[in-house]
Amino acid sequence: MVRLKNAFMKCYLAFIMLFLYAPILVLIVLSFNDSRSRVTWGGFTLRWYATLFSNRQILEALKTTLFLGLGSAAAATLIGTLGAVGIQAMRKRGYQVVMSVTNIPILNADIVTGIALMLWFVRFIPLGFTSVMLAHITFNIPYVILSVMPKLKSLNLSIYEAARDLGAGSVYAFFHIVLPQIGSGILAGFFMALTMSMDDFVITYFTKGAGVNTLSTMIYGEIRKGIKPEMYALSTLLFGVIFVILLLFNLLSGKGKSTEDMIERSR
Amino acid sequence: MKRKYLSTPYIIWVIGFTILPLVTIAASAFTDNDDAFTWGNILAILEPINRQALLFSLAIAFGCTLICILLAYPAALVLKSFRLKRKGFTIFLLVLPMWMNFILRILAWQMILSKNGILNFLLGKVGIAPLALSNTWIALMIGMVYDFLPYMILPIFNAISDIDEDLIEAARDLGADSGTVFRKVIFPLSMPGMLSGIVMVFVPAMTSFVIADILGGGKLQLIGNIIEQEFVKSMNWHLGAGLSISLMLLVIVGLAFTLRNDMEERGTTIW
Repeated sequence: MVRLKNAFMKCYLAFIMLFLYAPILVLIVLSFNDSRSRVTWGGFTLRWYATLFSNRQILEALKTTLFLGLGSAAAATLIGTLGAVGIQAMRKRGYQVVMSVTNIPILNADIVTGIALMLWFVRFIPLGFTSVMLAHITFNIPYVILSVMPKLKSLNLSIYEAARDLGAGSVYAFFHIVLPQIGSGILAGFFMALTMSMDDFVITYFTKGAGVNTLSTMIYGEIRKGIKPEMYALSTLLFGVIFVILLLFNLLSGKGKSTEDMIERSR
Repeated sequence: MKRKYLSTPYIIWVIGFTILPLVTIAASAFTDNDDAFTWGNILAILEPINRQALLFSLAIAFGCTLICILLAYPAALVLKSFRLKRKGFTIFLLVLPMWMNFILRILAWQMILSKNGILNFLLGKVGIAPLALSNTWIALMIGMVYDFLPYMILPIFNAISDIDEDLIEAARDLGADSGTVFRKVIFPLSMPGMLSGIVMVFVPAMTSFVIADILGGGKLQLIGNIIEQEFVKSMNWHLGAGLSISLMLLVIVGLAFTLRNDMEERGTTIW
């Protein structure tokens, strides 16, 4: 009976995992398909991986996506971490108000955020790379704050005070006492911001203007004419790289300490 | 220097890029092309085409949220029962798919569900007649459930994992059978996770337009599609802004009913 139940549970989980990974398998298979058609299998090829590196358009979009992801995540991490440290020192009232506003970009629908930013931007600047960057920083900051905040709450302030009593300046004490304790939260926030930026389509779509393309908006534009097979190759490569990085991170980092942090964050 | 001033850049950012844009979209929603005040754009949501799209979106979002709960809850229980030493690996498995571009993943579903697609090929092998799923609401529903399911499993899984084993032990010692333990201990304690799951699924399901665009083949109109077209095709920005504001208010009212616990707790439970 127990064994039957166990087998049933495993089957169910396998079904869920199949559901989640089926489209990814399809895309990986397509990246090796020696046919431009999406429905027929024309044999195995590495052709698309080779031609990928001579496709200037795709490489340009990749560059924009990475630049945008890393840049907005870095800026959001800086502003967000400082913000979290400051917010935590606020009185209850101010704290509640600021934290409620912080939740807006996360809870609000992407389409509303995107349109609101677009209507605001067109008053000052032409839509382009700058407006997309500002938009990405905007929706990334809350994720950083929400990652750093729990760490700040569990921070042992007496150590900081002890350091100050022993003559450390506030900046010195911050870098030597506070930063090491909240570092994992900051890193998690950065990674989360990067993920959100790389995965975003809707907000980019509304704030980008003509001429700027990320991988997402480029793929969206190609839906009607058909996706270039090189795109499958690039996505498979990106997926593979992240898969390896996350797997190593999981296996190596002191019995999954980093992922333990991801759970901490989600509380 | 006082510590709270460290948040000054963030406060300025929030005012400049969160609050003022919302003020702008509201201003745009309440004016017409000649900058005169009007309720028209807000009330446009009641026009037959828009109302129909709104009701369809509501139905799809409700259905999607419900299916996600029904699929995710047992999955979270199973994941928990495996007692993996590291919860991290479970999270890894659920987050990893997000690193494949989401539009491509939805396009892959289009291929799986199409007339000559993989699903019908497999069904044919076991002698089941092909299903015509392309461009139907069923295809749309499958795509949505697929896209949002991890956002339901993760918070429920986190909430269940956080339950103190001693509580369950204590309930058993006091004579509760496993059904009672579930009803009286596990389920109530998993509620906060489920509520954050509901927010993380319902809002995007209600407002998305890309999935309907791809899996509905342009035939299925969600309210998101209508708003997008007002901006991209019809170039009627005031109307689009009005519909967005109506949608936003509706979502807020809906959420206010679902969630009364404090904002911060909920906001952090995104994974």
